[in-house]
Amino acid sequence: MVEVIQHHLGALFAGLGTSLQIAGIAVLGAFVVGSIIAICRISPIGPLRAAGLVYVEIFRNIPVMSLIILVVYALPQLNIRFGFMRSVLVALILVGGSFVCEALRSGVNAVGSGQIEAGRAIGLGFGELLRLVVLPQAFRTVVQPLVTVVIGIFLSSSLAGVVGVMDLAQAANQINTLDALGLSVYIVAAVLYVAVALAIAWVGGRIERAVRILR
Amino acid sequence: MSAVGASVPRVRQSSHMSAGSLFDAPGPRGRRVVLVVTIASVLLIVAAIAAAVHRLSVTGQLDASRWQLFGEPAIRLYLLKALGRTLLAAGGAALIGLPLGVVLAVMRLSRNRIVHVLGVCLVEFFRAVPLLLIIYIFFFALPKYGINPDLFWKLTIPIGLCAGATLAEVFRAGVLAVPHGQREAAAAIGLLEGQTFRIVLFPQAVRLVVPSIVAQVVILLKDTTLGYAVSYSELQNSAQLLTAIQPLSLVQTYFVVSVVYVLINVAISQAASYLDRRWQAGRHTDRFATIQ
Repeated sequence: MVEVIQHHLGALFAGLGTSLQIAGIAVLGAFVVGSIIAICRISPIGPLRAAGLVYVEIFRNIPVMSLIILVVYALPQLNIRFGFMRSVLVALILVGGSFVCEALRSGVNAVGSGQIEAGRAIGLGFGELLRLVVLPQAFRTVVQPLVTVVIGIFLSSSLAGVVGVMDLAQAANQINTLDALGLSVYIVAAVLYVAVALAIAWVGGRIERAVRILR
Repeated sequence: MSAVGASVPRVRQSSHMSAGSLFDAPGPRGRRVVLVVTIASVLLIVAAIAAAVHRLSVTGQLDASRWQLFGEPAIRLYLLKALGRTLLAAGGAALIGLPLGVVLAVMRLSRNRIVHVLGVCLVEFFRAVPLLLIIYIFFFALPKYGINPDLFWKLTIPIGLCAGATLAEVFRAGVLAVPHGQREAAAAIGLLEGQTFRIVLFPQAVRLVVPSIVAQVVILLKDTTLGYAVSYSELQNSAQLLTAIQPLSLVQTYFVVSVVYVLINVAISQAASYLDRRWQAGRHTDRFATIQ
């Protein structure tokens, strides 16, 4: 049993690599999209606020599975093709972006109104106020929610297997069909997932402690 | 109280306190800038919508013939039944997840070290493993050991396990949020630890976390879409079967199904935040929002 697992360890780690790659790119994309939408949602421009709200309500409430299926099977009918891997990335970035946006916005809301009033009182404009007063404080309070989002994106990357991307969960599945190993291969895969998720949580905890505001 | 209140001069609240407090009421120049950017963003949004509609129409997706099937009673009934199975799966998962969440929370809060550590491990494991992998285990691994329940349970038990782990954290946060004096008062009148939890802490904790639990239903509903991966005929999977028979309406079918999910989830989220506002007790929602 152990030898068989060892024999397949390469395939499992290749799957893990794919999962990490998907999650890594999706997290970066989600942070960019989420920041842009968050700025829209707190901006003085009414239509941008409305558009940001609609974006968040749609992508926070659509199941990732449904969105992946839309991107993979429906968009090609409109002559928009991404390929499987990139389709999954698009879906994860769109959904992840909405969660990043809400995390950032909650951080902005958590900045004391006295801070904002003080900034305005010394004559800072909207951009300066965000850059110098609000965002530096907001980012520190949202480390934990953002870590939750990052782990969520990583776990959701397992859905890539449903559209034929050979990620970790799918690699485990394939090995199981080849060699009928039963539980053991899934347990190895599960341990790898847990290890990565706990590592993300650990790094997040370190970052949070490093940037925490001591009041 | 009212006499004191009356003596305090009333401070006029700024007209825009929430999002508006980030910027002053703009002056003439600021108003011009806002106006220009507003017009530009409206144009941009309209252009984006127009481009999407144009793309849909040149590829023939807006043709009435492709949408007709949603007018047919048989198709509607088919999709409604599928939605019913989605709700049934979510309900079954909730039936497993809620009691499991309570048990795991109690384990985690236990003073017995072994029980506590076991609780922590179970919660962390099921929160850190993708639901799909557990579903695969129930479908492809456990049957070899003679564990082979119905298709329905092979989908709902994994969803319930993952939901239970998340709910455990919600319940735990609720128990910890009950004011300290309650526990001390219970101890003072001689209640045992179990009694304190059952009679004093738990009922109050549940009331604190109801909005968060309602918000969790959104995640349950989303999780049922994994039925697609294992051919349990909930809404998403039924949509796929429909597209196999009606390939011309593929875009429309998946679109309609996604809209249904979004509308239901928006309604649930609204209900949760309504409860939240009414009970003023929801500081847990954000922490447990996950994208699954």
